[in-house]
Amino acid sequence: MSTDTPVLSPARALATAGRVLRQLRHDPRTVALLLIVPVLMITLLRYVFDSDPATFDAIGASLLGIFPLITMFLVTSIATLRERTSGTLERLLALPLGKGDLIAGYALAFGAVAVAQSLLATAMSVWVLGLDVVGSPWLLLLVALLDALLGTALGLFVSAFAASEFQAVQFMPAVIFPQLLLCGLFTPRDRMHPVLETLSDVLPMSYAVDGMNQVLAHTDVTADFHRDVLVVAGCALLVLCLGAATLRRRTT
Amino acid sequence: MMNSLRAANAGAVEARALTVVRGDRTVLHDLGFTVEPGRITGLLGPSGCGKSTLMRAVVGTQANVSGTLDVLGRPAGHPSLRARVGYVTQAPSVYTDLTVRQNLDYFAAVLRPGRNHRAAREEAVTRAIGDVDLTRRADALAGTLSGGQLSRVSLAVALLGTPELLVLDEPTVGLDPVLRRDLWNLFHSLAADRGTTILVSSHVMDEAERCHRLLLMREGEILADDTPDALRTRTGSATVEEAFLRLVDEAATAGATAPRATTDEATPAGQETPR
Repeated sequence: MSTDTPVLSPARALATAGRVLRQLRHDPRTVALLLIVPVLMITLLRYVFDSDPATFDAIGASLLGIFPLITMFLVTSIATLRERTSGTLERLLALPLGKGDLIAGYALAFGAVAVAQSLLATAMSVWVLGLDVVGSPWLLLLVALLDALLGTALGLFVSAFAASEFQAVQFMPAVIFPQLLLCGLFTPRDRMHPVLETLSDVLPMSYAVDGMNQVLAHTDVTADFHRDVLVVAGCALLVLCLGAATLRRRTT
Repeated sequence: MMNSLRAANAGAVEARALTVVRGDRTVLHDLGFTVEPGRITGLLGPSGCGKSTLMRAVVGTQANVSGTLDVLGRPAGHPSLRARVGYVTQAPSVYTDLTVRQNLDYFAAVLRPGRNHRAAREEAVTRAIGDVDLTRRADALAGTLSGGQLSRVSLAVALLGTPELLVLDEPTVGLDPVLRRDLWNLFHSLAADRGTTILVSSHVMDEAERCHRLLLMREGEILADDTPDALRTRTGSATVEEAFLRLVDEAATAGATAPRATTDEATPAGQETPR
């Protein structure tokens, strides 16, 4: 509706983030899974490529970017679907809460979880599993955080098209798997069929993975890294705005 | 331009030619009614007659509303009304993975954000929990409460901001008689002491007797708009339920040919207050 006040209220956004984190605190099993599964996966990967450390470096770094994207996508799509179906979203939008407050609240809360998740996984990879990073591990963390925001944004957007948790979970393979296949994890993007290569050029995960590999291979912050970070951040922002458009105060 | 003049003395809710379309179905047909301020207006009718849609239109969450619908002197759904209107949906809309107090803390922070209001918020939360008699369960996880307790949490959220208008969609469903009596006592004290206007729906007719005024609905139209006493007298019935059934039968026989007349004119001038 045109009468919506688009102003962002930091206090309401923070209250929302606090509420989302408080909900998570009542669900310690989800928190444990969020934090531990990526560490276990990266450890598994290390020993799968036991005799091939170079491959572990390449795939490991990519995965550090992909984990936060996938987990935050899943968590956000289910969490916002619950808000929609439980009536709490309708109630919130009948209160003086801006759509931006709600979205910023979710982004803040899940961003914080993503930072914790990435800190653990990155620390484990670099210091215990011997992932060979030429650049700064902090830059890995930055890309991981942006990936998490992208995942949160995609999850929020997609939840508008899911009528049930079953559908929401099925959006994961539909939205994430094609990007996974095309992001350059399995084969370099320039060796794909030209049509697929072009397609991969417009998918945000390609840049998420490329950003990780830039940090892996270069001591300095490269121009490509700048581009990757901007593309991922830009996509996250764009999809968040699309997600905001799916939050309707008036419904039929 | 007349709006601002009218707003001061007019009803808390004013509807004229109010029509709501959902999909290809017209759920509300050309309604006109007034909800008086500071009183309890009951919205009664069989399930599916459009009560919830009407309430959603009043709080501004219903799409495809045409006609005039003014709430507290503003068009329904106006942003300035969001803090002044409390709304309780039929299904309890609270977070089941938070405690009662955490739920209320959050909604209170949405209503009055910022550190400066922390003390006021705490007071409002404690009072709302007391209002719905859940003080002893304040730290229980909402998901572990019974259905009746959960709907009271939902009601407590609506009481937080001391709203001028409370819109309650079947708030007493699934509650035992003692709790139902307590809640109706609470509604009456809200109207009497805080001057709150209450629009409450129910399909249980015995609750109608406790309202100051009734809107009887059937199939998206208003059958009667009157006080319970006047309704009973006019139809020569002993209970509101009987009166309602008589009106439904009348409407069914007359409905096919003649257009339905509003019963507004038939209202006696002196209105008594049932308690």
